[in-house]
Amino acid sequence: MAEEFVKPRRVLDVSALPDVTFASRSITWWGTLGMMVIEAGVFALALASYLYLHSRSATWPPGVLPPDLLWGTINTAIFVLSMIPTEWYRRRARQGDTSSVQIGLVLACIIGVATLLVRYKEMTHLNTDWTQSAYGSIVWLIMGLHITHLLTDWVESVVLTVLFFSPHIEGKRFVDAEENASYWYFVVITWIPIYFIIYWAPRWLRS
Amino acid sequence: MSEQKAQLVLEVASRESSERRAENLTRVWAEPAGVWGWFKAVHHTTIGKRYIVTAFAFFLAAGLLAGAMRLQLAFPEAHIMSPDMYNQVFTMHGTVMMFLFAVPMMFEALSVYLVPLMVGTRNIAFPRLNAFSYYLFLFGGLTLFAFFFVNSGPDRGWFAYVPLSGPDYTPGKRADMWAQLITFTEVSALAVAVEVVVTVFKLRAPGMSLNRIPVFVWGQVVTAFMVIFAMPGVVIASTMLLLDRTASTQFYNPAVGGDVLLYQHLFWWFGHPEVYIIFIPGTAIVSTIIATFSRRHVFGYMALVLSLIATGFIAFGLWVHHMFATGIPQMSESFFTAASMMIAIPAGTQIFCWIATVATGKVVLRTPMLWVLGFFFVFILGGMTGIFVASVPVDLQVHDTYFVVAHFHYVLIGGAVFPMFGAFAYWFPKITGRMMSERLGVWSFWLFTIGFNITFFPMHILGLRGMPRRVYTYPAGAGWTVLNQIESCGYVLLFLGVLVFLVNVWRSLRTGPIASSNPWGAGGLEWAADSPPKPYNFLDLPTVNGREALWDAAPDQPIVAGLHEDVREMLTTRLMDAEPEGRDEFPEPTIWPFVAAVVTTALFIGSIFRPVAVSIGAIPLAIALIGWFWPTRQESARRRERDIWQKNS
Repeated sequence: MAEEFVKPRRVLDVSALPDVTFASRSITWWGTLGMMVIEAGVFALALASYLYLHSRSATWPPGVLPPDLLWGTINTAIFVLSMIPTEWYRRRARQGDTSSVQIGLVLACIIGVATLLVRYKEMTHLNTDWTQSAYGSIVWLIMGLHITHLLTDWVESVVLTVLFFSPHIEGKRFVDAEENASYWYFVVITWIPIYFIIYWAPRWLRS
Repeated sequence: MSEQKAQLVLEVASRESSERRAENLTRVWAEPAGVWGWFKAVHHTTIGKRYIVTAFAFFLAAGLLAGAMRLQLAFPEAHIMSPDMYNQVFTMHGTVMMFLFAVPMMFEALSVYLVPLMVGTRNIAFPRLNAFSYYLFLFGGLTLFAFFFVNSGPDRGWFAYVPLSGPDYTPGKRADMWAQLITFTEVSALAVAVEVVVTVFKLRAPGMSLNRIPVFVWGQVVTAFMVIFAMPGVVIASTMLLLDRTASTQFYNPAVGGDVLLYQHLFWWFGHPEVYIIFIPGTAIVSTIIATFSRRHVFGYMALVLSLIATGFIAFGLWVHHMFATGIPQMSESFFTAASMMIAIPAGTQIFCWIATVATGKVVLRTPMLWVLGFFFVFILGGMTGIFVASVPVDLQVHDTYFVVAHFHYVLIGGAVFPMFGAFAYWFPKITGRMMSERLGVWSFWLFTIGFNITFFPMHILGLRGMPRRVYTYPAGAGWTVLNQIESCGYVLLFLGVLVFLVNVWRSLRTGPIASSNPWGAGGLEWAADSPPKPYNFLDLPTVNGREALWDAAPDQPIVAGLHEDVREMLTTRLMDAEPEGRDEFPEPTIWPFVAAVVTTALFIGSIFRPVAVSIGAIPLAIALIGWFWPTRQESARRRERDIWQKNS
């Protein structure tokens, strides 16, 4: 590449291109998507393992009651309803609306705490522990995987909220805010099949 | 016309201004100096070189372990090693070769170094994650060897089947170390997979539409997708194993509803695609070298790319053929036999495309091409025995014998190690700026190829004569002695072949002829960068006009201008047609990925002893990750000033 350029040459001038880009135009979005696909794969195989163990067992759930419905259903309702404020601040993030995103992120942190508290109650109503049987082990593994996502998402939301009340606000932060919302959708959407497997499979597939 | 577009304009650039820009870019892209600087580096060529050297070191270590086995088996009823030591040695050999050499070398090392150059950008996407992935890989490998040296090396085979590896039959920490090594390597492979996909999807040079992506890059993208979909299988399998062993879960305990075949299903969901994760980069290297040394575009580009993708898909429908001897229903055996045979279609398509390329080109027979021809011979032989073992009755006969050992060494060494040596000979001048010796290259090729066949061909016969794999010795009257001795002699030639290669590297690094930027007259974009590449890769980011960017370039092929050059700015392009669509910044060097990797290592090792280490370790890990992502005030202020928001968002 050491040619000498004395006469005019053709160049592709990219200086007018935006550097605050959202969704499929942002590489953060692609990175987050990649992580989601990996984690979705882990969830899918964990759920498949649940069904596989079920297919190998004569009784299901083996000698215990299915998990109590109350707390899990409450959490499911919180997850579904939380999508309303999430969608609101996601859209405002795209417009660069600082105060709305600040409110949205504070809400996201509060919702995160709420779901974690309800999740704690859920864990005390699973009616099995992980050492009792393979059924108990897989139930706790799946719940554990999902709790890990709740925790990491919550820490992420807190860090981003702090950034949004600091002098670091700029375009990239709004992209991050949108990604934070998308990741929460991922946590919610993966919960739906988990909810049915953990709470309803022992009832519907009872044997 | 919207103003948020890239525009072709005429520009006059003097030589002085180019030199000034080069000086400035060198300053902006320089890796930090000093001892601490070493741990802060984030450029893909730096990390890529470390990956190559580290993975090769593990290859040598595992090769020495193989030598120990060949020594032991050279004599019947030998007691050079105890059975327990032998168990550790063959398990270490397999584990290190698969998890610390084959995947890290063929996928991570080569794609980290080459893919950003080949698509014409200045760094890999998420370079800090890339540094993190390297340290994790390194620490995982070092930990494994540390355990081995204190007599706690894994000893249950490279796939550590339960119940043998479960809490009842493997007390101690050996199987736990194996399970955590898997965690180290899977995290690093998954990180690189995401980086490669995003680099190729978003950071390609303008004009490099999907149908102009180099075949090597296609291979690495397909591999990256396979890593993304396959690795979760081993994540779950090894996590369940570790939990069964350390936290009293019951996943694999049949007494309380657990199931040992669940482990095999999950493991081979990953394990079979794993084999293709290893050889798809190999075939992609072959396609690249063949085009360059046949002096023509590769024949059947579309067929080759579709074959790679088809292989990627079919790979996920074959895992049960590793389980024919487990008593699964005959119906599924038939299905998986058929699926396994199907892989011959894309493999055959590729081979015919290569033959057509060679037959219609002007072949230049240099060392890289020799390794490719060696690959043909060895890999096709391995494919032949693959057809044998894909059929259930034959498989049941040869299961767990040396026939299988012969088969997978032919496909893995043929499919990965031969292309790898070809790749070293081919890209050595690019990476180091010096040419390798042809004479020593030819010597190492013939020693390795002849040694390889002497070592592994007799294993077919031994297997048919009933010698089981993984036995530490055999009786003198079994009729296996002579063949084992021939194999051990072959190992010596293999060893010499690798030694000559190392001498070649050593001498060429010091006294090899200086390489030009494109010593082979090849067509890929990596050959437009200097040899070795400058820290910013390209002074002028290129645009692309065809599949072989340099061969097909127009006389006045435009270059990219208008990026800020006081920061590490990148150009992003659209997925399908690589039209420019945005700009973004690569992050600066930092110590945090290293810190995060150290903390993660402590967490993984701690979890072998106390599960609670995961919860405790999560706190410093979170701190390290926050440090990693926290911006500086200057960069926030600078960006705020320059931000151009996407319109119609």
